[in-house]
Amino acid sequence: MTGRSRRDDTEDGQPLLEVRDLKVHFPTADGLVKAVDGVSFKIHRGETLGVVGESGSGKSVTFLTVMGLIGSRTARFEGEVIFKGRDLLKLPVEEMRHIRGKEMGMVFQDPMTSLHPMYRVGYQIAEAVLAHEATTKKAAWKLALNLLGKVGIPKPEEAARRYPHEFSGGMRQRAMIAMSLVLNPDLLIADEPTTALDVTVQAQILDLIDRLRTEFNAAVVIITHDLGVVAEHCDRIQVMYAGRIVETGMGRDLFYRGRHPYTWGLLQSIPRLDAGQSQRLLPIKGLPPSLIFVPPGCAFHPRCPYVMDVCRTEVPVLEPAGGPHMAACHLPMETQERIFAETVLQPT
Amino acid sequence: MGRYIARRLLWVLLVVILVTFLTFLIFFVIPPVDPAILFAGRAPSQRLIEEVRVSLGLNHSFWVQYALFLKRIFLGDQYGWPGFGLSFVTRSPIRENFLTRAFVTFQLAIGAAVVWLILGIFIGIVSALKRGRWQDRASMGFALFGVSAPVFWLGLMGLYIFWEKLHWLPGTGYIPFGESPSQWFLHFLLPWIVLALLFAAFYARMVRGSLLEAFGQDWMRTARAKGLSENKVVYKHALRASLTPVVSLFGADLGTLLGGAIITETVFNLPGLGTYVVRSVQNGDLPVIMDVVVFASLAVALMSLVADILYAFLDPRVRFS
Repeated sequence: MTGRSRRDDTEDGQPLLEVRDLKVHFPTADGLVKAVDGVSFKIHRGETLGVVGESGSGKSVTFLTVMGLIGSRTARFEGEVIFKGRDLLKLPVEEMRHIRGKEMGMVFQDPMTSLHPMYRVGYQIAEAVLAHEATTKKAAWKLALNLLGKVGIPKPEEAARRYPHEFSGGMRQRAMIAMSLVLNPDLLIADEPTTALDVTVQAQILDLIDRLRTEFNAAVVIITHDLGVVAEHCDRIQVMYAGRIVETGMGRDLFYRGRHPYTWGLLQSIPRLDAGQSQRLLPIKGLPPSLIFVPPGCAFHPRCPYVMDVCRTEVPVLEPAGGPHMAACHLPMETQERIFAETVLQPT
Repeated sequence: MGRYIARRLLWVLLVVILVTFLTFLIFFVIPPVDPAILFAGRAPSQRLIEEVRVSLGLNHSFWVQYALFLKRIFLGDQYGWPGFGLSFVTRSPIRENFLTRAFVTFQLAIGAAVVWLILGIFIGIVSALKRGRWQDRASMGFALFGVSAPVFWLGLMGLYIFWEKLHWLPGTGYIPFGESPSQWFLHFLLPWIVLALLFAAFYARMVRGSLLEAFGQDWMRTARAKGLSENKVVYKHALRASLTPVVSLFGADLGTLLGGAIITETVFNLPGLGTYVVRSVQNGDLPVIMDVVVFASLAVALMSLVADILYAFLDPRVRFS
């Protein structure tokens, strides 16, 4: 098993993936789009990281960059993406191609359009195997069948011969997961894996990802705009806004000791079962900022109800708030705790 | 599948009958000149005209004539099945002449089709891959030229340059393959290219458009995410999806050409169905016109059917239930 030995090499406390001060800027006719603007984080083996934010917060672009799926012709990159000791941003195209699909896999938002409509499902999975391993078509097909079974698709032999349009949305997403896991990757990135699915199917898919993470000993990233999704399934959560991380920590840190007003906004906009009928969902006022003209200072300040003068001029940095918990907000810690207790924990 | 084809074949039959009826009606109601007078010779007597009228079968009513025509097509005549009838002009069976000419047109159409498919798909791929760069601009410039340049002008310019001035080509006309394969090829080369240019231009634009559309699809990102090489991503995933619309267009285009390429055949002096039908219209040779019309409409209808069936094999989403 080459996969095992490869895995053991890095089990020395080093993170599987470390992103350091990553910037992804897109030059456009209207100006420079700063989609990701100075993001640093680590992912360790076996953990699930939830990445939360509105559309345009840079959460998808960050991980598409990790996968090497953003063309160097359209974007400018800065910083480092260290995966198993190598800086992916400096890797030659061909080497990066062999990491994609083999060492890291990605599942996308819309399973309806993410599979090629004219190839059989089993073939599309086997194709991923054949792209990286010198094996026979038959062996690749067998592997595909095996994975289809593992992701809970009944009668894999039959299902593999079907076309994507003959599958339901949930089945297609299972097939996508099978495709991304077929070569036993170290990192699985799921970009809004349940957004396009029915609520009942959402839970199944997330449970499946949980189960497979343990089985394949992989690290998982779940990108979502829904804090509710990550609450149950993620160890660590990182909240992104306008291309930066504004708060990060264990799930309980954010849900019970959240420090950033944007996180509070997200928490107040998900329904709570314990709040009874009186709870009102509070939307965050205003719109996400333009990524070309990012507001100076804290990018969230135009929408923040607790804005102070300093917020308009100085960019807050991530300050430790106990353990892995960090937040980038100018509010004094006591004020944060008081407001959180008054507005988020006990909505009146 | 079998039921689908049977149903479609019935439609083909209906279309052909409708087309023949309309054509028959047009030539019966508005004859260029009374055929009986036309074919009775110089200064004919009234009796001679009447005799000619009877011998051509023009003495019957419209419906009887049309019925006789249908009978000849579907049941055949004394010269075989399907019945091609007798020419008004030569008073001889149309059959042999028709089949020889259909074969000339067939060779012209198939050769041109090969040229335009290769050229159109190749240019379409290049310009989609090099979108916005000089290769794309050059390709689309060519496409604009191909779409706008009239075939007769292209043909005459080609003949002027390559035959008259450079002496690379031996001239116009048709040399059967059995007589001299090299002469056959050289005589067909320019007609193939000239006829193909117009279609190649259309196909290049279409392939470019549908490739660019494919490039924007989510499954392209999936293909890259699983680590396929860029060549596989483009030539397998994207091209596969963008060639299916080409197939259905190709069926209809080839079908149309099989009925005769009038201008190309005229410019290059090729004895095909196109020149045949032009001459017959000028002469009022109704049976020949009818034969060509039936053949041409049948070719279009059948080729479209073939294209649709092929499409279903290529795109599993449209398989018939």
